[in-house]
Amino acid sequence: MTTKANSIVKPLSAVSMPVSMDKTLFRFKRVGESFVQKVLPALIVGFLLILIWELLTSSQSATLPSPSRVVTDTWELIINPFYNNGGTDVGMGWQILASLERVAYGYSLAVIAGISLGVLVGQSTWAMRGLDPIFQILRTVPPLAWLPISLAAFQDSNPSAIFVIFITAIWPIIINTSVGVRNIPEDYRNVAKVLSLNGYEYFTKVMLPAAAPYIFTGLRIGIGLSWLAIVAAEMLIGGVGIGFFIWDAWNASMISDIVLALVYVGVVGFLLDKFIGFISNLVTRGTSN
Amino acid sequence: MSKHYLSIEGVNKVFGQGNKQSCVLKNVNLHIEKGEYISIIGHSGCGKSTVLNIVAGLLPATDGVVILDGKEVNSPGPDRSVVFQNHSLLPWLTVYENVALAVNKTFKKTKTAKERHEWILKSLEMVHMSHALDKRPAEISGGMKQRVGIARALAMEPKVLLLDEPFGALDALTRAHLQDEVMKIQAEINSTIIMITHDVDEAVLLSDRIVMMTNGPEATIGEILEIDLPKPRNRIEMADNPKYNRYRQAVLRFLYEKQRKVEVLVSAEKPKPAQASLKKAASA
Repeated sequence: MTTKANSIVKPLSAVSMPVSMDKTLFRFKRVGESFVQKVLPALIVGFLLILIWELLTSSQSATLPSPSRVVTDTWELIINPFYNNGGTDVGMGWQILASLERVAYGYSLAVIAGISLGVLVGQSTWAMRGLDPIFQILRTVPPLAWLPISLAAFQDSNPSAIFVIFITAIWPIIINTSVGVRNIPEDYRNVAKVLSLNGYEYFTKVMLPAAAPYIFTGLRIGIGLSWLAIVAAEMLIGGVGIGFFIWDAWNASMISDIVLALVYVGVVGFLLDKFIGFISNLVTRGTSN
Repeated sequence: MSKHYLSIEGVNKVFGQGNKQSCVLKNVNLHIEKGEYISIIGHSGCGKSTVLNIVAGLLPATDGVVILDGKEVNSPGPDRSVVFQNHSLLPWLTVYENVALAVNKTFKKTKTAKERHEWILKSLEMVHMSHALDKRPAEISGGMKQRVGIARALAMEPKVLLLDEPFGALDALTRAHLQDEVMKIQAEINSTIIMITHDVDEAVLLSDRIVMMTNGPEATIGEILEIDLPKPRNRIEMADNPKYNRYRQAVLRFLYEKQRKVEVLVSAEKPKPAQASLKKAASA
């Protein structure tokens, strides 16, 4: 009661200062709260897991290095992510970037081809009947099984790796796009008919936005699969790249390097997924009813 | 050629093929003059929407023709714009953009960009939605969405405006409000309107003529009731108007006595005798 009376009596200018300070304070408090609620549990669990790992691998007879061993062994690699000694002896940053470059090529091609084929299959019943069985069979072929065939076809390791990415990422994109196109509500099709939209207008103004949530689901699965496939493919084709780095480390019995590489692979895969999710949110904002 | 503005001549509609064929519409004939407000009323499943879809060109008629202003209708087009029951606004476009899509497409060649912009604003003003130009459909109420749907259809300056149960999904108060709005707009621009409805009051209040359809299958036009009440009509005054009530009664009588709807329960093993006799009475 008294506070209420006070605030009414106060002149406006006197009130404005504490209010703005309250606001910043409030914001800090909110950020702090969300940190406690969302980030802290992950940190605690992560810390516990590392602790368990440390305990399990602390004995002399342990076959795997403990976390502290990993850090001391790989300290040079951690602090110098971008050194370049020529050949495949380059920093982790370069290795990751080389892998990302392959993924970028293969995935971009998969996006273009996948969305186009998905639209075709979604629009035309005939195309669906013709192509869908083939897609269903081909998509079950494991990514690495494509590698020998693509090596034979391209006679070069780099395009082969890109092809493996392409063929891995394309299936979820095709399938989700076609489902999205097939599920465009009849109402929107009728609206397009009444407005007499032509094919191009229908494609850009109705079909793509209506199917966007589905398409992005496919894109998100696709990027995850391509990142999975690149590590495996690079192990076989060699050259600069995180996959071959792991294989190389295994051959040199540097298990700590492998652990570090796995951390990099995991973090980059996570970031790729978040990146596509972020774009998806930007693009599909407002498409849901 | 027919001298009516819009003629529906001997339209039949059969769905399915072979043994599964079902004749939904049988010999539907209707003539509509320019500026008329026609309501089509009937029980659900009687093919009202099929008639509208055939006029819109969204469905082809099995037999018969629809002639609008001397030209046969055989595909959808902006001269017969439709207001759909569930508004059918594109959710990724704002209110303005939804109407703009229709206007920019329809008047691409006949109006400059500035004229089109003004026309979009004017159309939205007509339904009192100028305050929500940049809102997306998800951010506005059901009644507002339907207003935008009406604005979109009107903005195309159609020869005939087709309303497919336009107020069916709205609550009673919003519905009354929008009915008044449509009456006002129709008085203003004198558009030709065909409205599908199952609301008797709505039909009597808004229409010049009410087309009452018999029950399907093989539904056709049962009776046409001319509503000879002066416009503009006021729903409150009409409640006391004996003529209005007589019209209302006539429609009710048609729907609930002559065309009493009998739901045949598929789950029942044998049709009960009482039901069977009712069905006979209805079809007689």
